[in-house]
Amino acid sequence: MSKPKLALYWAASCGGCEIAVVRLYAKILDVADFFDIVFWPCIMDFKYKDVEALPDKSIDLCLFNGAIRNSEQEHMAHLLREKSKVLVAYGTCAYMGGIPGLANVANREAIFERVYHETPSTVNADSVRPQVRYQVPEGELTLPVFYDTVRTLAQVVPVEYFVPGCPPVKEQTEAVLQAVMEGRLPPPGSVVGASDKTVCDDCIRIKEEKRVSSFYRPYEIIPDPSRCLLEQGIICAGPATRGGCGAPCLSVNMPCRGCYGPPPNVVDQGGKLLSALASIIDSQDPDEIERVADAIPDLLGICYLFGLPASLLRRVRQDRKAFPAGVTGELAREQGDVAVMTQRAP
Amino acid sequence: MVVPSDNHEPRIVGFLCNWCAYQGADLAGTSRMAYTPNVRIVRVMCTGRIDPTFVLKAFSSGADGVIIAGCHPGDCHYSEGNYKTTRRIAFLRKLLAQMGIDGERFRLEWVSAGEGAKWAQIADEMSAAIKEKGPLAWRENLKEA
Amino acid sequence: MPEGKSDVKIGVYICHCGSNIAGTVDVEEVTGFAQEQGSVAVARNYKFMCSEPGQALIKQDIEELGLDGVVVAACSPRMHEPTFRRVCEAAGLNPYRLDMCNIREQCSWVHKNGATEKAKALISAAISRARYLEPLERREVPVVPAALVVGGGIAGIQAALKVADAGRKVYLVEREPSIGGHMIQLDKTFPTLDCSACILTPKMAAVKAHPNIELMTYSEVVDVQGYVGNFKVTIRRKPRYVDESLCTGCGICWEKCPWKAESEFDCGLGQRKAIYTPFPQAVPNVPVIDPEHCVYILRDGKCGACLKFCEREAIDFNQTEKMVEVEVGAIIVATGYDVFDPSAITRLGYERFPNVITSLEFERLCNATGPTGGHIVVNGQEPKSVGIIHCVGSRDRKYHEYCSRVCCMYALKFAHLIREKIEGANVYQFYIDMRCFGKGFEEFYQRAGTEGVTFIRGRPAQVTDLAISEEEQGKLVVVCENTLVGAVMRVPVDMVILCPAMEPRADARDVARLFNLSQSADGFLLERHAKLEPVATASDGVFIVGCVQGPKDIPDTVAQALAGAAEALALIDKGSVELEAATAVVDEAACSGCKICIPLCPYSAITFNEAEKRALINEALCKGCGVCVAACPAAAIVARHFTDQQILAEVEALLVDARPAPAEV
Repeated sequence: MSKPKLALYWAASCGGCEIAVVRLYAKILDVADFFDIVFWPCIMDFKYKDVEALPDKSIDLCLFNGAIRNSEQEHMAHLLREKSKVLVAYGTCAYMGGIPGLANVANREAIFERVYHETPSTVNADSVRPQVRYQVPEGELTLPVFYDTVRTLAQVVPVEYFVPGCPPVKEQTEAVLQAVMEGRLPPPGSVVGASDKTVCDDCIRIKEEKRVSSFYRPYEIIPDPSRCLLEQGIICAGPATRGGCGAPCLSVNMPCRGCYGPPPNVVDQGGKLLSALASIIDSQDPDEIERVADAIPDLLGICYLFGLPASLLRRVRQDRKAFPAGVTGELAREQGDVAVMTQRAP
Repeated sequence: MVVPSDNHEPRIVGFLCNWCAYQGADLAGTSRMAYTPNVRIVRVMCTGRIDPTFVLKAFSSGADGVIIAGCHPGDCHYSEGNYKTTRRIAFLRKLLAQMGIDGERFRLEWVSAGEGAKWAQIADEMSAAIKEKGPLAWRENLKEA
Repeated sequence: MPEGKSDVKIGVYICHCGSNIAGTVDVEEVTGFAQEQGSVAVARNYKFMCSEPGQALIKQDIEELGLDGVVVAACSPRMHEPTFRRVCEAAGLNPYRLDMCNIREQCSWVHKNGATEKAKALISAAISRARYLEPLERREVPVVPAALVVGGGIAGIQAALKVADAGRKVYLVEREPSIGGHMIQLDKTFPTLDCSACILTPKMAAVKAHPNIELMTYSEVVDVQGYVGNFKVTIRRKPRYVDESLCTGCGICWEKCPWKAESEFDCGLGQRKAIYTPFPQAVPNVPVIDPEHCVYILRDGKCGACLKFCEREAIDFNQTEKMVEVEVGAIIVATGYDVFDPSAITRLGYERFPNVITSLEFERLCNATGPTGGHIVVNGQEPKSVGIIHCVGSRDRKYHEYCSRVCCMYALKFAHLIREKIEGANVYQFYIDMRCFGKGFEEFYQRAGTEGVTFIRGRPAQVTDLAISEEEQGKLVVVCENTLVGAVMRVPVDMVILCPAMEPRADARDVARLFNLSQSADGFLLERHAKLEPVATASDGVFIVGCVQGPKDIPDTVAQALAGAAEALALIDKGSVELEAATAVVDEAACSGCKICIPLCPYSAITFNEAEKRALINEALCKGCGVCVAACPAAAIVARHFTDQQILAEVEALLVDARPAPAEV
């Protein structure tokens, strides 16, 4: 009997989720033993055509990490969806957009302008920009379309399971793979590899009633290592973050940043965190409250560090007048379908 | 079948507390004060119930503006709910500014049960101000260029 | 379209409300729209949904179609939510499966254009919410069989007597040293010309004697906790420095006291002593010592005349303020009114001329117990002519827009009394309208009119002492346009009486906050419904009676006091009250013990279970404000009947026409 097929792919990601799987240490051998790894471009020299050659729904488990930033990643999301029985958004980038999702404070025009023009060390007198298609004597070169907006995997294709974490901790990755191998997965649509409580449940610090008169950045005070950081004025996203990670950050005196995403009943993680932070301010005076709010330089970054694409608003408002569509016409999407970079054989 | 409006009349969602602002809006009704139909009201028991998520949901679902109206400070039917609202709105306003939704589209007002005229005036003012700014059209914002 | 439970069956009922809704909203179009919405099993419209046949329509559909939810699009839920909840209950559907949609006060009555489109959006939202509404059970708690009456004027006295006569315990708290309020300051009352004290003092005595009434004068309510049926009230008893249990009211102390002060009771027109009762018929007939004028207190033991002469040794300078806590099931607020200060209207000369006085000051002059023994005297002389100026501070956009209701009648009364006491006196009434609406009022007006009183329709421009003719020398001149004749008149008089507005008390806002009440736009306390619930308030178990609710005369005050007593007794006699079911509850599986919620509750309803590391909400204390729900970062607290799911669905559906049907981007 043939072994179940396993695929892993990385879209807009840092590679940390690949490491997270490798970090199973000896257990990776059990995984390699159980599964037939049919696609893992980070580790081995797989090609897209290997995936295209597979029959539909033949991949039993696909761990897809990384967000969808460009047309190539979108294409692979669709392709792997076609070919996979179970598609898992593995890691926070695939689940919620992750750190790449922060790019939703900008758009293509703004990013390209910055990267290819404004940065002090860039020399680009001719304003050369990457282009989707470019003719060279040898033929045509293509690049993926760089989208204005980063999306999560589930915003592109239907997804069976979500494994949060930046990256998912070793114990949870192990648990998820073990569950797959033993055929013990919950109903599709579930978040797996995490608890149904918040990080507070994992965190062993002592928690009291919270009344804060000021918020501090972690370097500004020396916190009491045994007490809740939020109580001491250090913004910790723990109460608004799904648990199951074991609160490793808290154990080294760093506040939780929210990488496991929202707790089960929460629709918008940033909105809830914002509400909680504001609610614990110990003041009725509007001026005092303004002062406390003003002292936080980047509320968006705090609330949506990992989940901007998954939030209700998804991205910062694009002012089309500032970023007009026709300026970099070469980068405009092709009519109808997606202009795509493939390694199709000619 | 509801036809989307063509004339860009703003759609404003109002979250009004049951005891003060909602009653004030009712008073505007019993007094037959005429004002814009552009504000649609969601009743909550206290503005303290308002989760910033509701406001984000309103904007992401197509609202051009959101207004929260509750009891004057000190008069909250539940003692202090509106103070908590003040704190949350202060933070939310900063977040919305970073998201590119400017302050005129999001208002926090205190309207007592006797201030029907004030409610009508606020509704008209906000509708006019937002009409001038134009629709927010958040779903358009998500489209690729 | 938001996904709901696919098997939910909702009935939508759109009321025409006669032409109130149907005149502006196309109810047929809206009904058709409602029928097309998901989960809607039936959509109907009818002329008056709240009427018996209207209610029967709903009841029938619930029974025959097995509806899980009902949406009624009609007037404000503040109007008829209880009505339609009862209909659901009678038909076997949990009353909390009802969602009311306000398409009248907030739609048809205020929008000439766009009402139909807005109604559709509102109904769409109500349907979306109704999909997620859950059945809820109301809890019953017992009612403490006692009432608190705040304020000892005629309103408070009457309410207290009625509740006490029904066999229930009453705590009557009055700020002044004696009960009696403003009514005991009056001389005669219209239209019967009863002597005010004669009809009031027997009631005051009855209060003192009543075994069910615990009278606390010179006391104030400082804190109210709890909820309907179970209020805990803290009362501050100010020190009288006289032992109530020992004092016989003999009066030797105030006779011997050498220190005088202005009498508040006489509006500053007379004096009292530092130890005093405000008036001779005071109840209780026990004096208080005014610490701001008592030399024993001010100068550390100098004087002590009262100590020396009191045979019962009832003077006790060691008394301190005491806090008393009482438990009651109902509270009746009867704190009365203040009189507008006419010195703001300088052209009427109130501050400048000693013979320009207010109506209350005139009552004191007229009253036999007053500073002049009942003689109408000004500058040592009887006035031969008196001008009475109506609407001072009332019907005036600069001060109070409302009419104070009682002034026309007492102005007529004054005319009668003046002509009775001063033979041949001329009385001039400067009025805008004569409002004599009550029983016997018009007849009184006709009599007063034929008694030689001159009525001049106009608002006086000024009261001046600048004489321009012989006959004006030494007199006050009221300069006024007589609008019926079309000429400006100068009317010389010896005295001017101003009819100042009846105002809310200066501390009305504090009183409102103390009892969790609202104020109307004019500053008086707000009743629950202007027509149908004049003494109830938005706070269950707290009732407002008398002038605290708005200007009114004695018959209307007494009627309200009795109404308030009936409300309190209905509550107490029922024995139990149903608590609001829409409270907050902690989802134990989701709570991770961050404790962010606990200090947020103003009712201290949230405690923490350390053993299980989660928060716990006391359902009896929770009032359902939802503050903790919004704060909880794990969404582990659910606001029953106002859940996140319900509100988010409502918001999304409210914007059904704001954008095209969404496709996931």
